[in-house]
Amino acid sequence: MSIMEYNGGSVIAMVGKDCVAIASDLRLGNQALGISSNFQKIFPVTDRIYLGLPGLATDVTTLREVFRFRVNMYTIKEEREIEPETFAHLVSSTLYERRFGPYFIEPVMAGLSKVATGGFKPFIAATDLIGCLNFAKDFVVAGTASSKLYGAAEGLWEPDLEPEQLFETISQTMLNAVDRDAYSGWGVVVHVIEKDKITTRTLKGRMD
Amino acid sequence: MATAAVYSSPGFDFSNEIRNNFLASKGIPLPKATSTGTTIVGCIFEDGIILGADTRATEGPIVADKNCEKIHYITESIRCCGAGTAADTEFVTNLISSNMEMHALTHNRKPRVVTAMTMLKQYLFRYQGHVGAALVLGGVDATGPNLFTIAPHGSTDKLPYVTMGSGSLAAMAVFESGWRKGMSREEALTLVKSAISAGIFNDLGSGSNVDACIITANNTEMLRNVEMPNERVQKERTYVFPKGTTAWKKEEVRKLVVQEEVRLVGEAMDTD
Amino acid sequence: MPDMIALSHPASGHPQQRQFNPYSENGGTILAISGADFSVIAGDTRQSEGYSIQTRYAPKVFRLTDKAVLAVNGFAADGNMFVKQVRQRLEWYRHAHAKDMPLRAIARLIQTMLYARRFFPYYVYNILGGIEEDGSGAVYSFDPVGSYERESCRAAGAAQSLVQPFLDNQIYFKNQVPQPGHPHPKHLPLTTVIQLVIDSFTSATERHIEVGDGLEMFVVLAKGSPLYGLENIDGVQEMTATNDGERLFVVRRNLKRD
Repeated sequence: MSIMEYNGGSVIAMVGKDCVAIASDLRLGNQALGISSNFQKIFPVTDRIYLGLPGLATDVTTLREVFRFRVNMYTIKEEREIEPETFAHLVSSTLYERRFGPYFIEPVMAGLSKVATGGFKPFIAATDLIGCLNFAKDFVVAGTASSKLYGAAEGLWEPDLEPEQLFETISQTMLNAVDRDAYSGWGVVVHVIEKDKITTRTLKGRMD
Repeated sequence: MATAAVYSSPGFDFSNEIRNNFLASKGIPLPKATSTGTTIVGCIFEDGIILGADTRATEGPIVADKNCEKIHYITESIRCCGAGTAADTEFVTNLISSNMEMHALTHNRKPRVVTAMTMLKQYLFRYQGHVGAALVLGGVDATGPNLFTIAPHGSTDKLPYVTMGSGSLAAMAVFESGWRKGMSREEALTLVKSAISAGIFNDLGSGSNVDACIITANNTEMLRNVEMPNERVQKERTYVFPKGTTAWKKEEVRKLVVQEEVRLVGEAMDTD
Repeated sequence: MPDMIALSHPASGHPQQRQFNPYSENGGTILAISGADFSVIAGDTRQSEGYSIQTRYAPKVFRLTDKAVLAVNGFAADGNMFVKQVRQRLEWYRHAHAKDMPLRAIARLIQTMLYARRFFPYYVYNILGGIEEDGSGAVYSFDPVGSYERESCRAAGAAQSLVQPFLDNQIYFKNQVPQPGHPHPKHLPLTTVIQLVIDSFTSATERHIEVGDGLEMFVVLAKGSPLYGLENIDGVQEMTATNDGERLFVVRRNLKRD
């Protein structure tokens, strides 16, 4: 057993047309035993950045606070909100600082970054447990169902999906992937981030 | 902890070591980081250096990134290809790039490739191979073109053509049969492209596109995705789901634009 | 005294253990989907070991009879040997009974052949596809020691975990609420199934390093079934050998070679 499978859980983020979506399961387990079906792994960082933290649950809680602290310090010092690209590097260096005693987390982030013309550009990124950044143009995945998510997303994802279509695609990808993973599932939550609103939906799916 | 969180000392933080070693002693193996099974190469030609790399990053047998950048910036005329633990190659090249800039500012000179090579090997040797970066370093400085490989333990080689990573044998086979002294820029670029292609097609750890970087005495040209022989073909079907396909239990909308309604209460004030 | 030295040498004095691992893993993926009156059995053609490609064309899908196709994945040497032995048993059956063995009987035969090696197994995952005696399309999937089940859709091999969730969604319509007035079809048409198979393999090729090079798809059609536009598919080739009525076709496609 790997330590990543101790509590289970998976996260995925996808890019759409002028929007991004991030989804996670809600399971907290003690190996094969399910403990909670309402364990949130995705946290808002700013209005337009959401961060998913699949991995060891103790580190989910710790890192959530570490990032809250570091983002607050950044906001106070810079007197502005952090941009997604900057935040991704903050995540990366926070994890690499512990290169030889890592947190068992593979963060996934999704957000909209400001562009010079005044609009917003979709942004997604993921890192491994020691902070190697992966900027993808389509989707990023992490967690115990990662291989299933890669397969489902590679088949279902298409470019330039509208927010409602993106919601369907990310939801179907997540639901079908976690149904084939013993350590993920027990409910799914999806956030669709647009320039003027964030829609959060809890999905109806298998609870076994 | 309170002070440590406000001021964090430079260098690595080992405070999770005790916990992680305890877990390891209970027979729970520590997870593996993303490593890049890679093909990276470098070769000297008549007026400079050409570096080459593939763009696949893997996690075991799964492709994590189909188009990552493995040619890292050190200085304007020095670049470095990285293979091995992906995070290590990224951070070690960033750190040395930073130190090279400081070095250039301190001495008011363009820094040399040997300087970067020495900084890298001393850093890697200090970590006894635990920083898992296998590098191909190349550039042009006051002494002319320079090309090195640096292994994770800190040993270095200086050769006219080099390869590293899991596709190193495939790429070296191409170099051994095609490299000649004093090749032209076009000949050398073609050779580098076919060396990387050999890795892409014959080594499972390497794949996707070819990146190259041509460094001469007064110009550096980064050729990102010079060749893209592995574009995905059009899918047979479209998979857009009709609205309402996914059943959901609860919805919550967080509006970022605050709606404000101004309502007049009572008579307007007489302003005449 | 050279003899004494030889006797006191640790190698001759103490018992030594030697090990030989007879198995290896050769990557690749197989997949089968059945319809109302047809069955599609597919596999990629790459054979690899570690980070090296052994060959870009090693078939993993084999014609057994005109109504049965077997896909084998796992340890290639075991797979080839196993197919050879199944074919021999089927030939004996033909000589004894003057007809091809029915699909469900082949499935049971494979079970007994696999379980016969319970303590030195063939390191292969088998998927058997074809047409039953009642004319319906069928897929049987096996584990290495012979546990089997009839299904209508199964992926196995290196990219099983990538392909199966996609198939659950697109074949069984798992997690999809039907649009009002449009219930999910019980069986998919052949053209749709072929498209899904191709997309499954191109997706697996993108994300799994051991999948690629070529795709070989066998299509078995039931007695009296129309061609469903199969004749218009690029590079289709008929493989039918008897006049029993079932027809067998193979479709080959290129996959990415990186």
